[in-house]
Amino acid sequence: MSDATGSNLSKEQLLLPAVPEWRRMMNRFLGHRGLLMGSIILGLIVVLAILAPWLAPHDPYLQNISQRMIPPVWHEKGSWEHVFGTDKLGRDYLSRLLYGARISLTIGLSAALISGLIGTTLGVLAGYFGGRVDAVISYIITTRLAMPVVLVALAMSALVGGSLQMVIILLGLLLWDRFAVVARSTTQQLRDAEFIASAKVLGASTTYILVRELLPNILSALIVVMTLEMAHAILLEATLSFLGLGVQPPMPSWGLMISEGKAYMFFKPWVIAIPGIALMVLVLAINLVGDGLRDMNAPEGRN
Amino acid sequence: MLVFIFRRLLVAFSVAITVSVVSFMLLHLSGDLAISIAGPESTAAQVEQIRIDFGLDKPMVYQYFDWLWGAVQLDFGRSYYFQDTVMGLISERLPVTLTLGALALALATVIAIPLGVIAAIKQDTWIDRLALTIAVIGQAMPSFWFALTLIVIFAVNLQWLPAGGNESWQHFVLPAIALGYYAMPAMMRLTRTGMLEVLNSDYIRTARSKGLNESTVIFKHALRNAVIPVVALAAVELGFMLGGSVVIESVFSLKGLGQLGWDAITRNDYPVVQAVVLIIAVFYILLTFLADVINAMLDPRLRVR
Repeated sequence: MSDATGSNLSKEQLLLPAVPEWRRMMNRFLGHRGLLMGSIILGLIVVLAILAPWLAPHDPYLQNISQRMIPPVWHEKGSWEHVFGTDKLGRDYLSRLLYGARISLTIGLSAALISGLIGTTLGVLAGYFGGRVDAVISYIITTRLAMPVVLVALAMSALVGGSLQMVIILLGLLLWDRFAVVARSTTQQLRDAEFIASAKVLGASTTYILVRELLPNILSALIVVMTLEMAHAILLEATLSFLGLGVQPPMPSWGLMISEGKAYMFFKPWVIAIPGIALMVLVLAINLVGDGLRDMNAPEGRN
Repeated sequence: MLVFIFRRLLVAFSVAITVSVVSFMLLHLSGDLAISIAGPESTAAQVEQIRIDFGLDKPMVYQYFDWLWGAVQLDFGRSYYFQDTVMGLISERLPVTLTLGALALALATVIAIPLGVIAAIKQDTWIDRLALTIAVIGQAMPSFWFALTLIVIFAVNLQWLPAGGNESWQHFVLPAIALGYYAMPAMMRLTRTGMLEVLNSDYIRTARSKGLNESTVIFKHALRNAVIPVVALAAVELGFMLGGSVVIESVFSLKGLGQLGWDAITRNDYPVVQAVVLIIAVFYILLTFLADVINAMLDPRLRVR
């Protein structure tokens, strides 16, 4: 964040001028165990999701009635043919899991981008202009916070009909509150900074100031919120799909897999354990990255 | 202080009205309610009849004010599906959800605050790491999946507790754990950072240099200040939990407000959906209002805002 306000160089920079910025960041990155672990796991899941068509041993949609509910490989009746077993329609669980990662990641990323756009716009405007604009936008944020997200999302997707696109739009329109709150408070802190004042003196337009001067300086805080909202969106998608109002069958959404396995969970607990753990690991990795990035952004650099 | 309370109350009231407008509009704009109620096999004439019967042929503004006029008198009309008034259904279900929410919050607080305090005192030791791990896992677990896992372990395999229903207090244990673990991490983390901040402050150094023993310093001087924001958060979390009860209650088939909302959604029972959304929102608004007032009472600097 120190690129625009050149005066507040950190102690390390003053003492060790020879170490370039990216090396310093790299060292902090490697020194932060949570961030490193989170990035590795998240990176791995992203690679697995992208390579799903080549990695998946079977067609995730192919039903095979003679191969129903085969247990995973660590079970005594399991086999390497179906590493994570099969579901009630005989579909390969590992293949469905790999394709399911694509759904979770797509929804998390797209919903966070939409809500990020809405929330950042509102927050920056409120923080920069203050006064009446701020009062109106703060009121909108308060109202949004008072609406029960899960209930509203369920009610709306029941009316519109659940689908991948629908879930993305719905979550994008609902989860912008934290972006707005953070963008507003960080903008308020920078509104009177010298570099904004000098841009004004130089005759820059308000749009230029907001987009080219202000936005780059609050971006790191927004990226942290982005990770949190990605995790939030992924969990909400799983919840909606679990309740039957999100992504529709036969798509291999992890929430839907848990919902389909629910009837069998008493005697074959792995049918809900496998997709549940997958969800948990993905969200955990994203949260670790988010927490790590926040620590790295913190001026005192706690690590 | 009175001015502050009055101003906040005014905002709270207008937010409640706005929420009612927005949720009303969202439901009416998301699709044709008459078609949803009539079902997929109905004829155009049947849809038209329903439109007239339920007053859906009138302009939306008229429908809204008609509904609002009833709502302020606590009359939300009749349920389309259940043979009861909406208010009757809600007053029957609300105590269940409030009990669940209170239990879950109590559980979360009882675990979060001591754990946060210990983690702060023993910063960077294995206890601190363990506390953070518990919190991080709680934030990453889908609540419905955790609920199902609890059922598999404690209701089916160990047979300690019932899997669903709400006949006795035992029926509330697993749902309260599932819901409480969802609220716990945020409170634990806030207690921990609050404690860390307070423990490094000047007045704690003074207390220590006066020769007070460590437990007096921690419990009498530090905890009291560190806990203030946690109390406010607890109120907000309770509001969130009422919203989150939709999922937990439907997993445990606990007959509360959340399950009523869910049943109403799946049966296109819109008067009930609207009333449940509004009531949960009003609770959230009241709780955040309460949190604001508590904070302002404890910290006079906040009153000027």
